[in-house]
Amino acid sequence: MSEFRPTDVVQVEEILRWAASEKQSLEICGGGTKRAWGRPSVAAHLLNLNAVARVIDYDPAELVLTATAGTPMSDIELMLEENRQMWAFEPPDWRSLWGSQGSSTIGGAIACNVSGPRRICAGAARDHFLGFTAINGRGERWKSGGKVVKNVTGYDMCKLQSGAFGTLSVLLELSLRVVPKPDTECSVGIEGLADAEAIALLSRALNSPHEVSAAAHLPEASAARSGIDGLASRTSLTIVRVEGPLPSVRFRAGALQEMLRATISLEQSASRSFWKRIGQVQPLLNPEHAPLWRICTTPSAAPAVLKSIQASRPTAEGFYDWAGGLLWLEIPSGDNGEDAHAPAVRRAVASHGGHATLIRAPDCMRTRIAVFQPEAAGIEALKQRIKQGFDPHSLLNPGRLHEAT
Amino acid sequence: MKMPVPDEKILARRLKIVQALGQIVPGEGVIDSESERRVYESDGLTAYRALPLVVVLPETTGQVAEVLRYCHSSGIKVVPRGAGTSLSGGALPLEDGIVLGLGKFKRIVEIDAPNRCAVVQPGVTNLAITQAVESLGLYYAPDPSSQIACTIGGNVAENSGGVHCLKYGLTTHNVIGIEMVTMDGEILRLGGKHYDAANYDLLGVMVGSEGLLGVVTEVTVRLLPKASTARALLIGLPSIEQAGDCVAAIIAAGIIPAGMEMMDRLAVEAAEAFVHASYPLDAEALLIVELDGCAAEVDHLVDVVHEIALTHGATSCRRSENDIERLLFWAGRKAAFPAVGRLAPDYYCMDGTIPRKRIGEVLKRIQELAARYRLPVANVFHAGDGNLHPLILYDANSPGELHRAEALGNDILRLCVQVGGVLTGEHGVGVEKRDLMNVMFTETDLEQQQRLKCAFDADSLLNPGKMFPQLCRCAELGRVHVHAGQHRFPDLPRF
Repeated sequence: MSEFRPTDVVQVEEILRWAASEKQSLEICGGGTKRAWGRPSVAAHLLNLNAVARVIDYDPAELVLTATAGTPMSDIELMLEENRQMWAFEPPDWRSLWGSQGSSTIGGAIACNVSGPRRICAGAARDHFLGFTAINGRGERWKSGGKVVKNVTGYDMCKLQSGAFGTLSVLLELSLRVVPKPDTECSVGIEGLADAEAIALLSRALNSPHEVSAAAHLPEASAARSGIDGLASRTSLTIVRVEGPLPSVRFRAGALQEMLRATISLEQSASRSFWKRIGQVQPLLNPEHAPLWRICTTPSAAPAVLKSIQASRPTAEGFYDWAGGLLWLEIPSGDNGEDAHAPAVRRAVASHGGHATLIRAPDCMRTRIAVFQPEAAGIEALKQRIKQGFDPHSLLNPGRLHEAT
Repeated sequence: MKMPVPDEKILARRLKIVQALGQIVPGEGVIDSESERRVYESDGLTAYRALPLVVVLPETTGQVAEVLRYCHSSGIKVVPRGAGTSLSGGALPLEDGIVLGLGKFKRIVEIDAPNRCAVVQPGVTNLAITQAVESLGLYYAPDPSSQIACTIGGNVAENSGGVHCLKYGLTTHNVIGIEMVTMDGEILRLGGKHYDAANYDLLGVMVGSEGLLGVVTEVTVRLLPKASTARALLIGLPSIEQAGDCVAAIIAAGIIPAGMEMMDRLAVEAAEAFVHASYPLDAEALLIVELDGCAAEVDHLVDVVHEIALTHGATSCRRSENDIERLLFWAGRKAAFPAVGRLAPDYYCMDGTIPRKRIGEVLKRIQELAARYRLPVANVFHAGDGNLHPLILYDANSPGELHRAEALGNDILRLCVQVGGVLTGEHGVGVEKRDLMNVMFTETDLEQQQRLKCAFDADSLLNPGKMFPQLCRCAELGRVHVHAGQHRFPDLPRF
């Protein structure tokens, strides 16, 4: 196994041409922070893009930024900060989930389509992905999209690339939309609600005109790890965030406080660090590195999903982001099955729609069981045909989504 | 505009095909008579017409699947159609193809307020969704100007926008699930009431695929709570450049308005004469900026925008004090197309997008092109996202004018690409911009798009002749090829 570390896009192209002609498989990696997401790689070589790091174009007034795939998110975020701008999708830092080092990159964020708490009002990473150049598994360099927000010229290939985990093409240059950073933020919360009651309340808050930008519910155990000082012990926490100009935030936070009968209020930096922890899945971080599932289901059904898993796995612990739309679930060892409890999790999700991904588990477990939600046969076949078109010899991240053939 | 040459063998089998379809969709669901088929011969792009082989209007997903299965096995082309309001010829029929109309899919299946979504059939109009949920304080955000007539199925196919997509996104940001039927008759469900796909985002590629990848039979849309307040500013500026700078300054101040529209003098004059909205007639450019949210935020931002307008040389600036006034500000903009339409027998509406900072320069060059082609152009556009709608005025009855209008339109779109923009912001490629795809994409770029097409519809039976300047041959694309730089398929017919 060799590691390639190209320093510009021309070199990436050469490597991909060579790989295509010699049928050499590659694990594609940016900062290497999310290598443990998906099945363990079975590629012959590692293509490390973290030296292909350059912001090509950033004009704040256009609200668009173009950078090469290996550009660290932290560098870009600094630039945005200087111009009072940000990523709307609030990319979370998951390094502590896997104990990975390094800095995540813009290419990795898009390839994995990761979004943080603001996803409920601002959309996912994919929704801000405007255009790219890439090289497919045939060694062909191609582009799609553009540098403008409104564009329907041809199929929306940005959607296909975000969330493809590098299995269709290697991204070279990406253009993303950025947004102005709100002046102020404030979060208000209430203690002591049961899960179903809390999710119903969060739904009411989201249905109100107060533009809630984040909404989470932490049951007892995870609330204790919320990082909020002065929280009563052994109580749940249900909390929402508003952002915007100061007069607006004051008014909306006040209205929500009334609606939720909120007793907790987090201003600016306290609010910011709380939601950062939520994005990082800190309330669940368990030293034992137990299997960790990420479940996207019908928001109102999330409490039922957790309950049905807990019925057969009483030690399972979870918390809710996206007003229930995202359920993080950890099943501590002790009753650590050989299968990460996949059948129980999949059964619970199947009855309410959505998908469950095994985010953290030992390599051997992620080799043995499906990490991603198995799809209906017709959809699976369609995905295989798409893969076949872009990467017929399965050279790009083989084995990451499915068992390599 | 060349379309694929009709297949004589299919034309000869017409009556048999009508019969077979009649077995699948009984009663009045199969439209056979020439006069009734004429109704479907074109869509919103009326310059192009073709009489479809037969029109079929199924009522159930099962029937759609059966129709497609039959067409797939018999090698018959299919053109899906919603309300037929496409401005790019997306629903232009083929003489040897059936038109598959979804007009009978009119049911709102479910309104799910706790999850802020609605499940609707594709024939439901865009506006009807909002009307069905507004008593709950919710609405469906994308608002294309044809929203009274256009259907959500068509919106999904075209990834439609509207005046509010700067803040609230296009269709793709507001559709969370679909049921669809593939060309070989398989029924698939993509997405649902949950967020995001686990990996490949097939729903994301279906939105905006212009009816080339599958037929949508049910749509789950995201609903948003209605903002409690909305106010608008009507700003007159002495030049297009200053208006462009004003737009950039509003964005730079960290404000994303709900809508930010610009009209040039010709469009303002036409609109004012048509609806009497008290637009300032001394301005070279008019901006409408709408802000929404809670009253505290809106009032604050109205002040900020007003201040920005004044520092950018605004000659007039009015602020709406109530909804009647706000809607009056919009009345002229909303009627701008028909208003401009009164200035000439015909007009041709373009749809390029450019980086915002090039607005002043591009509008100047559009006027130069207009002078060269001797056709007036009025400009109405979504300034916030750089989406231009130049309206080319012409008279189809005057020999050569249609051709000249199209040539001018093509030059305008080439200009958009030249300055870093794109061919179409919200109307779609269809047949209209099909032959310009090479201006923006290389042959290799387009091949990747066709790889996607081949995964869905290997025989190119769904809406062929749209979007791509050449038909796709999936078998050849599948091969690992050919010398660098060499034309891939020299024998392939170009339209």
